[in-house]
Amino acid sequence: MTNASAPLPPTSLLDEDEGDTTRKPSRLARVDARAAVARSKLSSPWTSLVAILIAIAWTIPTFGLLVTSFRPRSEIRTSGWWTLPWNPGLTLDNYQEALFGSSTSLITYFVNSVVITLPAVIIPISLALLAAYALAWVDFKGRAILFVAIFALQVVPIQVTLIPLLSQYVSWGIAGSFWVIWLSHSIFALPLAIYILHNFMKDIPPSLVEAARMDGAGHVKIFFQVLMPLLTPAIASFAIFQFLWVWNDLLVALTFAGGTTDVAPLTVRVAELSGTRGSQWQLLSAGAFIALVVPLIVFLGLQRYFVRGLMAGSVKG
Amino acid sequence: MDWFIHAETVGHKFALMFFAILLFVGVMGAILFGIDKLKRAPTWVVVAAFLGPTLLFVVFGLVYPGLNTIKASLFDAKGNEYVGLDNYVTAFTQDQFQTVLRNTMLWVILVPLIATLIGLVYAVLVDRTRYESLAKTLIFLPMAISLVGASIIWKFVYEYRPDQGNIQQIGLANQILVWLGLDPYQFLLNQPWNTFFLIAVMIWIQAGFAMTVLSAAIKAIPDDIVEAARLDGLHGVGMFRFITVPSIRPALVVVLTTIAMGTLKVFDIVRTMTGGNFNTSVVAYEFYTQSFRAQNAGLGAALAVILFVLVIPIIVYNVRQLRLSEEIR
Repeated sequence: MTNASAPLPPTSLLDEDEGDTTRKPSRLARVDARAAVARSKLSSPWTSLVAILIAIAWTIPTFGLLVTSFRPRSEIRTSGWWTLPWNPGLTLDNYQEALFGSSTSLITYFVNSVVITLPAVIIPISLALLAAYALAWVDFKGRAILFVAIFALQVVPIQVTLIPLLSQYVSWGIAGSFWVIWLSHSIFALPLAIYILHNFMKDIPPSLVEAARMDGAGHVKIFFQVLMPLLTPAIASFAIFQFLWVWNDLLVALTFAGGTTDVAPLTVRVAELSGTRGSQWQLLSAGAFIALVVPLIVFLGLQRYFVRGLMAGSVKG
Repeated sequence: MDWFIHAETVGHKFALMFFAILLFVGVMGAILFGIDKLKRAPTWVVVAAFLGPTLLFVVFGLVYPGLNTIKASLFDAKGNEYVGLDNYVTAFTQDQFQTVLRNTMLWVILVPLIATLIGLVYAVLVDRTRYESLAKTLIFLPMAISLVGASIIWKFVYEYRPDQGNIQQIGLANQILVWLGLDPYQFLLNQPWNTFFLIAVMIWIQAGFAMTVLSAAIKAIPDDIVEAARLDGLHGVGMFRFITVPSIRPALVVVLTTIAMGTLKVFDIVRTMTGGNFNTSVVAYEFYTQSFRAQNAGLGAALAVILFVLVIPIIVYNVRQLRLSEEIR
């Protein structure tokens, strides 16, 4: 098992079985048999109908808003997006207005989202790598208890910590800056990051590390030459999970950034628009997709790490 | 000094961002190299250097605030006077908060059950079919979307236009009602059903998670078992009921509990879609309202603690199931 922290064997949306089957004829036959079962199961028109209905119900809402975001403002107000074939006419004006219009200027918030997200992913990883290394490969008393304690902290709802943290930041005079958001996201991410990385490090055969030690390798050498290459998938999974978590987060940003143009991310601004301009769908639809596009690209590009990271981190919160 | 704290221009923001990244990566690297240079450093020095920064963060950011909040929940709105368990009594007895608790119960029961059911059925239906990976991607896609984005998508589906004259519906849900010859409906306003329409959004998001985990579990069922059952004449629903579901029971439990935990803390959907109005508030949202809008620190803290307490039994069950399934393996 590559990822001990995932509740289940590593999953992927891509079906990898198809690849191996060509090598082993007996297995191929079995897979064929199962495919036959599947086919007989699906040959019933009702079951395929159910599957197609679910797929449509899960896709149509997003598709509708996407179409809407390209329709002219006057059309959006007077007719549904499904009338597009009868009311043709697409435009990029909504995106233009949402991104650069003086009342919304989402481009500023887009920059904020990027500036918030990168350090909030990299800082906890660098902290957690060292901590996980110590917990996995340095022998000391109380190691097991410490690890369990950090693991248990994963389940503390962040709501419990927000107010005391905020008053602490205020008294330090750094409230409302990027620093408090970076710090808070890093803190909330650490238990999960350590847990994932520690489990990966533990899966590496001890003999590998022992052999390196025998050769006189220090921590740096073990860390970069023995562990790092094997840890890349774990780091990628966590990084993607954390990236999504931070990019899509509303509560932490709302609490610590407020609504200022200086620090607030896209989610905060788009949620605000939904409250104050709830009927201006040309802005809302374009705004929603501006906020969606980055996670969507990451999702489609790195599907496999994405799913693995999501599984591992699903308890966070 | 202010340069390092507040940034206003784009260039400055990025500069600050790179500074922060370099600072942390640099400090961590320096610790690693520093300890490495010290030949024969005693173990406690190594441990303190590697674990110290993390422990500092975690104690400062999780343990201490957590304890502080528990303490604050025993004090009044301003945090000056000790009031014992009064805040908890308020949270459990007042009408307003009973609605909140009732709604939270509905969320935590309905979302995991329905999302898991849909995910399971879908995973079985598309298992080993030609379009499996595309079909799964479609259902999984909402997981990549922020809860705010999902809320806006669904708010548009529920959009209501009064039924008069030439006014056309622009929300799909109401258009479907009109096509069916019914009157348009205020999905987000009419109590008590509006809560269910908010819950539908969370189900829409979580079904993909359930589907992915369960699909992996289904693929892990040994071929021999499926084969044997097939020879015994099991097909379709029978196969599903007697082979598939029992074989993936541990995965089912993990999915149910994980979704339940996520649902318990749901805040964004309620805030974006109704702002907690029309009796749709839940504990996680009410915490925010009491703490930041009503300025009632004590009650807000009590609600946060209630949230914490509600999570514990679910996580204990979840961890025990994980242990069990690992032992079996």
